[in-house]
Amino acid sequence: MTNAYELTRIRHTYGDRTVLDIPDLRIRAGEILGIVGPSGAGKSTLLRLLNFLEAPTSGTVAFEGRVVEANPPLPIRRAVTTVFQRPMLLRRSVAANVRVGQRMRGAVDEARVEQCMERLGIADLAGAPARTLSAGEAHRTALARALVVRPSVLLLDEPTGNLDPYNTGLLEEIVSQENEERGTTVVLVTHDTFQARRIAHRTALLIGGRIVEIAPTDELYERPKHPTTASFLRGELVI
Amino acid sequence: MGTIGRAFVDALELLFSFDPGLMEVVARTLQVTIGALVIALVLGVPVGAAIGLTRSLPGRALLVPVIYTGMGLPPVVVGLFTYLLLSNQGPLGALGWLFTPAGMIVAQTIIALPLVVGLTMAAVEGIDPALPLQMRALGAKRGQVAVTTLLEARAGVTAAVVAAYGSIISEVGAVMLVGGNIEGETRVLTTAIVLETRKGNFALALALGIVLLGLAFLTNLVFHRLQLRQGGP
Repeated sequence: MTNAYELTRIRHTYGDRTVLDIPDLRIRAGEILGIVGPSGAGKSTLLRLLNFLEAPTSGTVAFEGRVVEANPPLPIRRAVTTVFQRPMLLRRSVAANVRVGQRMRGAVDEARVEQCMERLGIADLAGAPARTLSAGEAHRTALARALVVRPSVLLLDEPTGNLDPYNTGLLEEIVSQENEERGTTVVLVTHDTFQARRIAHRTALLIGGRIVEIAPTDELYERPKHPTTASFLRGELVI
Repeated sequence: MGTIGRAFVDALELLFSFDPGLMEVVARTLQVTIGALVIALVLGVPVGAAIGLTRSLPGRALLVPVIYTGMGLPPVVVGLFTYLLLSNQGPLGALGWLFTPAGMIVAQTIIALPLVVGLTMAAVEGIDPALPLQMRALGAKRGQVAVTTLLEARAGVTAAVVAAYGSIISEVGAVMLVGGNIEGETRVLTTAIVLETRKGNFALALALGIVLLGLAFLTNLVFHRLQLRQGGP
């Protein structure tokens, strides 16, 4: 299996504070990698590095076999997209929000836009102003907006935080489908350990900017090798 | 009927007579106002957006107070500065713009520009900083991030347009100094009001005042409808 990303000797600092220290991380093409960890572990920072929104202070990020420098070319940036915890919708209609990524690429495929809205159950809301949506509808719109551009890599930053079980289940189902049908690589950051267990092929535990353990999800949850992992999965406070 | 009441009646008669002299002053007022507004917007909106989006801009700590100071520039000082700039001995004297509508547009632009820059900057800064990040994550180029953010801040940008328009159309000190209030050439509504009041022609002065308010109201009505259509307040 080829790697979508190869992170080597990554250190990322804000001032004097080291927020990420990852000697080696390989994310396989076509896998769903869950990243769990407590708040402040560096999970969102890692996603910003993977989406090339920030360059690491030191170390290299290779994407599909090529080392990516700061400000990478547009085709590389556009192969990856992120759904953030807050949907951050524009003050436009739902349909306009869903097609914004395509519009930025200079070609709108209305059939694809409609297909994604149908899939996420928001087709009836196409003309509705985005600011009138419920939390679940807004999250579904944000996911549709990401899927419509057919990304090679989908980064999800707590995509179902504060969502009800129905919307959480729907988003997880569609992410899994997207991974199976298109082979989209998915990196799912969540503090919900059950969510990672439900959909991730492999799961990593990130604490204090370091990866404590990474393993196939069932193995990590059933036979954790590191005592900190076992403590974290038992719901104990780990720092 | 008191003086004010009579003046109102006279004013309405004057307005509905479509007096050519009055129409000419109205036309020049609109010419100068729209000219200065367009220049101020073309220059000010991109600059305001750029400053609003670039929180780490070198010298920003000094630049922002300078812009805020510019938003309160005394028009008569701007008029004096523009007068010196455009006078025969001034650096731009060769243009021959003193006592012309072009010179008045220069002065009005100087007054309106900091308002446009400052209010656009504030409108863009009011947008959630996560929005540009989300746009970049969706593959937006730098320019696309700026345009999208500006469109999200459109209610605030419209407020900048309204404020600039109001400051230009109601301004008297600078246009009096730079334009000279020459009949048939540089007379605008505000300078005509001053002149007619000094002459004791209160009805005419009031009529001009009503026209000025009417123009301001109609334009702001249009701006407000635009804001509503754009989902603003």
